[in-house]
Amino acid sequence: MIKAIVNVYLKAGVLDSQGKAVHHALDSLGFNAVKDVRVGKQIVLQLDETDKEKAMSDVTEMCEELLANTVIEDYNIELV
Amino acid sequence: MKVSILQFPGTNCEYDTEYAFKKLGADTEIVWHKSQNIPNDTDLLVVAGGFSYGDYLRSGAIAKFSPVMKAVAEYAAEGGKVLGICNGFQVLTEAGLLPGALKRNEGLHFISKHHHLKVVSNDNVFLKKLSNGDVVNIPIAHHDGNYYIDEAGLQELEANGQVLLKYTDANGEIQNPNGSVESIAGICNKEKNVFGLMPHPERAMEALLGSADGVNMLQGFFES
Repeated sequence: MIKAIVNVYLKAGVLDSQGKAVHHALDSLGFNAVKDVRVGKQIVLQLDETDKEKAMSDVTEMCEELLANTVIEDYNIELV
Repeated sequence: MKVSILQFPGTNCEYDTEYAFKKLGADTEIVWHKSQNIPNDTDLLVVAGGFSYGDYLRSGAIAKFSPVMKAVAEYAAEGGKVLGICNGFQVLTEAGLLPGALKRNEGLHFISKHHHLKVVSNDNVFLKKLSNGDVVNIPIAHHDGNYYIDEAGLQELEANGQVLLKYTDANGEIQNPNGSVESIAGICNKEKNVFGLMPHPERAMEALLGSADGVNMLQGFFES
């Protein structure tokens, strides 16, 4: 079994309204050291696969086809 | 005139859409998303609004893999007329039949109210009954209506007359409710046979209910 952790974020340059709202809230709470906040989502996949290279290429395909909308989002994949 | 209306799990505007087109004299048929094809005599295919698949992952992201979507892509490629309203617009962008994407509203709230729209380009079958600069009053009801397209894509849309409608006030001055690039409310593809908009013309068919401005919009499809 391989666990794949996929993080999906809005691309740099695409305004992240949720990140901005969270940043504003943190600032109101006095956490003034925060300079930027991006809110994304994490998708955790359990794969019936032992070959890490194969897993990486499969998960990349999943991201391109479904998990991310590459018009507005970037993704990264971590295999555990 | 035969209007076929797509229905996914979670679609909730199919009956309003049916009412609107029947009122204008069309025959209608609701097509379940598991169907492998769309009715042969279809003159207009509408992807109705709602929350297909509960908006899980992203609005429209799962619906694009429904069996019927292959037939929709073929129908569009052959020049068939397709109209996506609200979630239907999101589905069409996810499926790659329209450029760009719909993001979460800038203010993060679900917005449900009447909003004015200005006609930017009437050089297409959809809006030909209206004139450029006309202002219509149409309900909006969405959480993810913040249209995004990159700079190069925007230039292409503008150059080809693909920007159809913009959010404005009653005087036609830009008023942007959701953060959309250039206040865009609706677009079409380059071939001008696939249309998408976030506002709901099918909910503006009766003056008694606030506005009948949807009539002139949807009627465009009735005359070739």
